[in-house]
Amino acid sequence: MIELVDIHKSFGKQHVLDGVNLTVEQGKTTVIIGRSGGGKSVVLKHMIGLLKPDSGKVLVEGTDIARMGDRELNEVRKKFGMLFQEAALFDSMNVAENVAFPLREHTRKKDREIMEIVRENLHSVGLPDVESKMPSELSGGMRKRVGLARALAMRPRIILFDEPTTGLDPVMTEAINELIIRTQKDFNLTCVVISHDIQSIFTVGHRIAMLYDGKIIEYGTPDEIRASRNPVLVQFLSGNLEGPISVL
Amino acid sequence: MNRIAQVIDQFGRSVLRGVEEMGSMLLLLISAIGWMVRPPLKLRLIFKQMEFVGVKSIFVVLLTGTFTGMVMALQGYYGFRMFSAESLVGSTVALGMTRELGPVLTSLMVTARAGSAMAAELGTMRVTEQIDALYVMAANPVKHLIVPRIVATVLMLPLLTVVSDFMGIIGGYFVGVPLLGINEGAFVKNITKYVDLSDIYNGLTKAAVFGLILALVGCYKGFNTKGGAEGVGRATTEAVVLASISILISDYFLTAIMF
Repeated sequence: MIELVDIHKSFGKQHVLDGVNLTVEQGKTTVIIGRSGGGKSVVLKHMIGLLKPDSGKVLVEGTDIARMGDRELNEVRKKFGMLFQEAALFDSMNVAENVAFPLREHTRKKDREIMEIVRENLHSVGLPDVESKMPSELSGGMRKRVGLARALAMRPRIILFDEPTTGLDPVMTEAINELIIRTQKDFNLTCVVISHDIQSIFTVGHRIAMLYDGKIIEYGTPDEIRASRNPVLVQFLSGNLEGPISVL
Repeated sequence: MNRIAQVIDQFGRSVLRGVEEMGSMLLLLISAIGWMVRPPLKLRLIFKQMEFVGVKSIFVVLLTGTFTGMVMALQGYYGFRMFSAESLVGSTVALGMTRELGPVLTSLMVTARAGSAMAAELGTMRVTEQIDALYVMAANPVKHLIVPRIVATVLMLPLLTVVSDFMGIIGGYFVGVPLLGINEGAFVKNITKYVDLSDIYNGLTKAAVFGLILALVGCYKGFNTKGGAEGVGRATTEAVVLASISILISDYFLTAIMF
């Protein structure tokens, strides 16, 4: 479904991605784990064409989006939904207008139909009574759920989640994980989740990939990852200060 | 020697940065013009910006225009009185307002009020990934965010300048005729005698150009914000400074061409 082939990306002198190879399987949730500032979001932004690689290919359903023009890229983007780290709701619009935005932009549906879809989507993320609220009036967890409702509005085939549970309390974390699992199953979505919340990655992931030093150093099912002897992965999962990942 | 080389190096770098920035701004303008002519026109967004840039700036422009006209009349009176030409105060105020002070002061006030807000708003949208969200939803941010601001500012600046010109002349009249005792007939007659329609048109054309400059600079700085809250603050300051300087410099060249 999505294939990253030998992606290299630098920002100034900083070489962030150093030959990333990763295949995201259709209808599965792939979780990318790795250190903070290690380039996970950069990988995700390549998948949807927000960043272009210095070299390498980003294949979405077999087509390289890294070489596409804006118009073609926009057509590909319609297959995607994305939940940003801080939800990225438009703060000049209320919740309903935020969720309705992609529908107003890309469909010719009447206002009544759009509002029905908005209500349905907000209901599916457990937020039935917030339509007229502004994003600034919502808690972090609510904002993320509205962000998910907006990402789902166009019924995408692929959803990208950028640290969906960061900064949330344990109960809200579990609620968001549950939502990811449910929506993935209900709509048979292909999901890519970025996370460093160890509990969440094993809850939501069908496949887990570890990004370290600009490369994917380990990839497998949750059981394979748990059983891995790779010292970097072992240290990352255990949260040990001693090991190949030097922090202090 | 090394020191001199360093200074030259620094100077060269800042010149290159300036040229690069001007080039990027020009590219942004070309892209905005491209999106401007491509339907659908986002009329609702344009009207919203027209309200913000135009309607909500009326009060500040009104005050600025009135007091500028008043002070010009006061200063002009003391000067013209020396050779008994007080009746020229009206035409001086009117010419000064329509040709220069109306468009320039209005643009500077709108830069401070709306240009800074454009940079801050777009800058915040950039650092909170709202602009990325637009890209992800296959909605072009230039069309949604920049085109409405540029169109609204270019349309509203001349209208605000009309308000400023009018209030300046009224302010001048108020100080000149009732307060300083200049003959009313001479005051008004000299305005109609010395002020051409072209003075007003050219002033309004200037205002439209200044509107383009302030909106483009505000949007460019906001759109290219980097680095959190500090970055937004920096972008806002840079937008106001650069737009104000650009308005004053371009005013000289426009005046040289027009009058």
